[in-house]
Amino acid sequence: MKILIVDDFSTMRRIIKNLLRDLGFNNTAEADDGSTALPMLQAGGFDFLVTDWNMPGMTGIELLRAVRADPKLAKLPVLMVTAEAKRDQIIEAAQAGVNGYIVKPFTAVTLKEKIDKIFERLEGGA
Amino acid sequence: MAELKGSKEERLAWARALLNEIEAENDGEVNRMLDDLIRSHDASLFVELGKLTRDLHEALNNFRLDSRIARLTQDEIPDAKDRLNYVITMTEQAANRTLTAVEETLPVSEEMEQRAKALRENWERFRSRNMSVEEFRALAREIDEFLAWTAEGAAQFHRNLSDVLMAQDFQDLTGQIIRRVIALVQEVEDNLVGLIRISGQRMTAEPSEAAGGKKDGRSELAGPQIPGKESADVVRGQDDVDELLSSLGF
Repeated sequence: MKILIVDDFSTMRRIIKNLLRDLGFNNTAEADDGSTALPMLQAGGFDFLVTDWNMPGMTGIELLRAVRADPKLAKLPVLMVTAEAKRDQIIEAAQAGVNGYIVKPFTAVTLKEKIDKIFERLEGGA
Repeated sequence: MAELKGSKEERLAWARALLNEIEAENDGEVNRMLDDLIRSHDASLFVELGKLTRDLHEALNNFRLDSRIARLTQDEIPDAKDRLNYVITMTEQAANRTLTAVEETLPVSEEMEQRAKALRENWERFRSRNMSVEEFRALAREIDEFLAWTAEGAAQFHRNLSDVLMAQDFQDLTGQIIRRVIALVQEVEDNLVGLIRISGQRMTAEPSEAAGGKKDGRSELAGPQIPGKESADVVRGQDDVDELLSSLGF
């Protein structure tokens, strides 16, 4: 299981990376915005995407849309971890096809719950 | 210099009339004519000054009426103060959380070191067969206790280090807040430059570009929520997010 972590703040990427390692996901890579993340995803090998929303360059929602629009990536599970807490935005992300949405600040338990839920659903749906 | 109005003939006629009055030593009339001349000059000066004043007044009024500036002063600057105060609170909490975890961990690691050293000395004595049976029994019990305690201690290290890790999330959130405040300061600066331009040169300033509102679609994003500043269209924590998403069939 290879996971790409996308956030413009390196501290947040490190936090998520460490939390994921705690959950048993040792294979992670990082990108600081959508425009660097997308080519990495397109190069293949990633099974899961964790992304922030508000980033310079390409935002998380733009990245999500680009992923869903790419036939090779369309089914990639995407978890959004962001400080954006407006209802409209959460609905926008849901409509764009996000698999999970976590608002910052969050806890390790929340991250585990959401990831577990995403995989449960994917296995149930497959 | 007084200024004469009217056509050349009118001006010459006025001058000749003035000359006649002077030659006739008709001082009263001479003074009256000169007074008129000065008054007409003053009047045109006042008209000019009046125009200038009105222009400046209008420029300042337009400037004040710009809703962006009203919002800046009424809402956004006080809001920025709250945001910066929240940054102080968050960084303080993160520092305290980290310090607490360190303070809890350090004594455990020190005790671990002491106990391991003591055990190692006894273990060396055992290996060099320099230990009585009773002493060995005591050592076995100590080792037993130490192993159980170490497992507990390691679990505590993990808990505390995870806490230190999570405490660092302040950097992302405060960073986002500070970026917004920097953008606001930039906007205030641009507006101040606009104000100086308007008051410094007369009406040559083009309308302030910065006052035109936000063009970047991205700045519509609300960013991190500040406690006590949440609006109705914003969720209050992860439970609200989950509820909203499940209402959408997630």
